[in-house]
Amino acid sequence: MSRLGRAFVLVILGLLLAPLVVVAGVSLNGTQSLRFPPVDPSLRWYGALWSNADWMAALGNSMLIAALAGVLAVAVALPLALHVWARDGVVARALQTLGVAPFMLPPVISALGFLVFWVSVGMYGQMTATVVSHAVFLVTLPLVTISLGLRGIDPALIEAARVMGAGRWTVLRTVVLPLIAPYMISGYAFVFVLSLNEYIIAYMVAGFTVETLPIRIFNSLRYGYTPIMGVVSVLFVAVALVVFGLIGRFGNLPRLLGAERARE
Amino acid sequence: MSAHRATPAWLALIPAAWLAVFFLIPFAIMLSVSVAHRVPGGFFEPGFEIDSYARLMTPFFGRILMTSVAVAAGAAAICVVLAFPFTVILAGMRARGQTLVLVVLLAVLSLSEVIIGFSLSTLLSRTAGVGNLLAWAGLIAEPRAYTPGLFALMLGLCYLGLPYAVLVLYPPVSRLDPELGEAARIMGASPLRVFWTVTVPVLRAPIAGAFVLVFVFTLGAYLLPQLLGRPRHWTLSVHITDQAIFQSNLPFAAAMAVVLLLVSLALVGVSLLLGRGGARA
Repeated sequence: MSRLGRAFVLVILGLLLAPLVVVAGVSLNGTQSLRFPPVDPSLRWYGALWSNADWMAALGNSMLIAALAGVLAVAVALPLALHVWARDGVVARALQTLGVAPFMLPPVISALGFLVFWVSVGMYGQMTATVVSHAVFLVTLPLVTISLGLRGIDPALIEAARVMGAGRWTVLRTVVLPLIAPYMISGYAFVFVLSLNEYIIAYMVAGFTVETLPIRIFNSLRYGYTPIMGVVSVLFVAVALVVFGLIGRFGNLPRLLGAERARE
Repeated sequence: MSAHRATPAWLALIPAAWLAVFFLIPFAIMLSVSVAHRVPGGFFEPGFEIDSYARLMTPFFGRILMTSVAVAAGAAAICVVLAFPFTVILAGMRARGQTLVLVVLLAVLSLSEVIIGFSLSTLLSRTAGVGNLLAWAGLIAEPRAYTPGLFALMLGLCYLGLPYAVLVLYPPVSRLDPELGEAARIMGASPLRVFWTVTVPVLRAPIAGAFVLVFVFTLGAYLLPQLLGRPRHWTLSVHITDQAIFQSNLPFAAAMAVVLLLVSLALVGVSLLLGRGGARA
């Protein structure tokens, strides 16, 4: 069973990685063709990406949106998580539900909601609209990670600080925030990576004026496939692997994803 | 539990106001748009009419809704069937191995639908990937493409949903008391028997929950049906975007989104009820 089980896990992981391997191979084609194994392997499409102004503009848009959406999402999730922590009541529960809901619904619904909202306030097509929409859509992720971090705090620490005469803000600044900082960072990282990859909301809210990388890939898919899309895909996979790899290396990923009971 | 309140109550007003303005109000506007009057060529003018909903009651859109539900339910079932044993084995691995697998899962989970669609259509294409490989191995005479079609679409949706299903099942599975299974083993049950008679029944509520979450998630897939499926496989999500962006019919798009929202909420409600029933049992 254990050997069979390991084989099962490896087969599934292999299936998940297969398309990515093929795409990485395709990105190495020397000619404008999608062959695998690559014909005439070269890195020319990697160079082509950097020298193509349109692709670089999309990359810049995506990075800026992801970076700002991450800041906004964490800024909203932090006070929400702190409020819900150690509070139990209708208001706290309603806030918690409101914070979790955006990520639980099919994104196309939120996307249409954002579209009609930004049309109504006259900001349709602006980058601010994309940033705020992403921050709202992804607020669930830092909310979950920060709440997890708060649940892991030993109440005795706070008790001790209180006894020593620290006020609410001092406790927050010197005890609570340093302890949950890793969870804020991982929450930020989740928002960053998912915003980078998000398509439907960015498209509905400002698809024709603010071109992000996923939108650019989809637009160019219509005119035929080129190895440069493979290059961009490799870039995305690399960013995700590096970010989550770092979290796994310096944090406790199983715990972050809810594996163990939080210490009580 | 500490009674410590880290922040004063008024601080909650900031996130509350933020989410009310940018999450609840958009939904309210969407509701009002769904009953608004469409102005051909423009956007819409306020009003109250049910024309958009009436249009949904035609056989054409009935078929689209049925297709969406059938495709998403099929994908969710496959995902959960694969993800559950996967998660059980994963949770039994050493911490280091678990972290590695989780990093891969998160990386795949975060991948854009565009990239999944592009990767899979490359994998299933004639010149690169499976068709080529099978021809090379002599299993088929000529390399052929396996996309677009229902098979490719289902594969794509499962690819999208599987990491999600594993991550939803991971907390309850890893918190399962290992002594339960050990007790059954001591009584002489085979590992497979333990799996079917102990692990699966104990976790049936999380399994149902994972099914519903993946179902709702794949129901919202927008790009994969276009990249990997044929037009008759287009789901409600594709039609919502099509109506909103290309047909400029926001009221109709909003009406479809409201229907999709109700279907999703109903399913989430059912899963919550199932979860509560499971906890009581």
